[in-house]
Amino acid sequence: MSNGSYLRYSEIETSTARYWGLLIGLLVFAAIGFAAAHHMDVEGHQVSGMSNQIVWGLPHVFAIFLIVAASGALNLASLASVFGKQAYQPLARFSAIVSIALLVGGLAVLLLDLGRPDRIIVAMTYYNFKSVFAWNIILYIGFIVIVAVYLWLMMERRMHRWITAAGTLAFVWRLVLTTGTGSIFGFLVAREAYDTALLAPMFIAMSFAFGLAILILLLIFSFASDRRVLDPSHLQRLRKLLGIFILVVFYFVLVLHLTRLYASRNHDFERFILLDGEVYTILFWVFQIGLGTLLPLVLIYSPKYRQSRGALISACLLVIVGAFAQLYVIIIGGQAFPLDIFPGYLVESSFFDGVINTYTPSIWEILLGLGGFTTSILIALLSFRVLPILPEILAAED
Amino acid sequence: MSTDPENIDMRPARRHFLKAGAAMAAVVIAPGILLYKTGQAQSADEPVSSRVRWGMLIDSNALDESDVDACVSACQREHGWKSSGNQTDAQWIRKVKLSDAQTGHVKFLPMMCLHCENPPCVDVCPTGASFKRADGIVLVNKHTCIGCRYCMMACPYKARSFIHENLKDQLPVAPRGKGTVESCTLCVHRIDRDGENAVPACAEAVNRGEHKPILFGDLNNPDSEISQRLRQLGATSLRADLGLNPGVRYQGL
Repeated sequence: MSNGSYLRYSEIETSTARYWGLLIGLLVFAAIGFAAAHHMDVEGHQVSGMSNQIVWGLPHVFAIFLIVAASGALNLASLASVFGKQAYQPLARFSAIVSIALLVGGLAVLLLDLGRPDRIIVAMTYYNFKSVFAWNIILYIGFIVIVAVYLWLMMERRMHRWITAAGTLAFVWRLVLTTGTGSIFGFLVAREAYDTALLAPMFIAMSFAFGLAILILLLIFSFASDRRVLDPSHLQRLRKLLGIFILVVFYFVLVLHLTRLYASRNHDFERFILLDGEVYTILFWVFQIGLGTLLPLVLIYSPKYRQSRGALISACLLVIVGAFAQLYVIIIGGQAFPLDIFPGYLVESSFFDGVINTYTPSIWEILLGLGGFTTSILIALLSFRVLPILPEILAAED
Repeated sequence: MSTDPENIDMRPARRHFLKAGAAMAAVVIAPGILLYKTGQAQSADEPVSSRVRWGMLIDSNALDESDVDACVSACQREHGWKSSGNQTDAQWIRKVKLSDAQTGHVKFLPMMCLHCENPPCVDVCPTGASFKRADGIVLVNKHTCIGCRYCMMACPYKARSFIHENLKDQLPVAPRGKGTVESCTLCVHRIDRDGENAVPACAEAVNRGEHKPILFGDLNNPDSEISQRLRQLGATSLRADLGLNPGVRYQGL
């Protein structure tokens, strides 16, 4: 570390009404989310928009977003500890704690949406080791433990020699974790929408972009709220990194769709997503590609906006909007398209075979999802207050 | 510690207590063990064996629309589920109408859990609640199902339903519960009672004497009626490309 001032971390001390108002607002939202989950638990999932056709809905979009973003949020710490990029060193603690916060929020949504959330003990004690879900339960718990230890090593001066080892383990673990998340869908051989190994690396690319977008927003907000110095050079570096990550996701999206478009057996599904799918088609072209990919790229790479903090904040928000659109199309669009059980026949049934399934999220699902999201943000912001996570100053570089 | 008089006094009491406790436990447990032993003598309580694999052969040419409706009604009566056409209603068996796009030919068939040899629902279940019995019947353990619905995502046949509401007036043969997943049990309660003479409710509703559009039997026994008919006439495995080897097969497709 060339500059000693990088090494001083401290708790956020701001006590403005706006800051506390925000924390209370987040707390209220989180509480409402838990109440919504309780309502769904008592009344059954009939009060949700989910059905026996669309079995995973908006809560899963939120949960997968948070879980994918969680592993991506660890990237800055990995760049510092594993790849020796000293420039990211000051943000390593921040990166680690945000990744834990996002994972906890995502897991909360996933758990509370279960038909029997009271059976968490069953989920933790009965394992079918062939199930990708069961692997993920172990991967998620392991991630929290490993990153927590890694964070402690970073915060305890006597333990610094172990940082590279812990950071490397955490990095490998997060790659496996996101592979597992992508494989929840990638291993579903029965559905045309999934059934591809490409989903695992695509989810890893998505995690890079989603996680970094959230990190940048939290960084800017936290530094501003505590009036800490954040030199633009640091944001410039993150801006360039975000641009690359968006391009990598775009690459995977292109390969995925071009591969499917080549094989005629997938034409009907591709036509559904890209042309005839109404809400899914709009979400794909307008929100995922237009607002979530192309516009952020313009904001990041156009010389006009290069120095603008507002443009960077907008790009991050747009990446998050695009992320939700992308996951909605993957998770819900994939289920909306009917299973092809009887090739060559037109199929009708009392159980909605052969038709495009409809789904409208209920208020309870929206509140549960937002509750999980705000829980993550709340945990992150509280951790900045009680632990020396953020560097006191991110000064201009030499 | 050992010199503490209070502790020394306690020891015999504790030993006595343990002895008494063990005796009590023996008295409580023994009848259970005895019951279990006598129970084993009865054929109905014999452990399920992988020597048999139960399956069904459905001849879609021998079934008309009213037959398939009868299958659905019989299953509803047998297991106490009903559907009023809502997206959230459970359907253990359903009527599927197939129209050949080229010829305009229309047929109806009943569709339910196909009791695969390699069931994807069992592979993906995180807790092992979704399981296959030794005799090939695929079931859900209602005590360990956490309601994640991953099995519904994995099933290529849309065979499973999630219970979206509170239930009442359930039948003893088909315990069901809000927040868990369920599907056709192949009338496992009848099979456990009657063995190879069992007839699932859907088959009972349409079979008349030697006319058996839905034939139930042991796929492992080469001499069983179902094995013979499969050998003579062949049958279609739905989504055979997935290599699941379903225990329920169709003729006339």
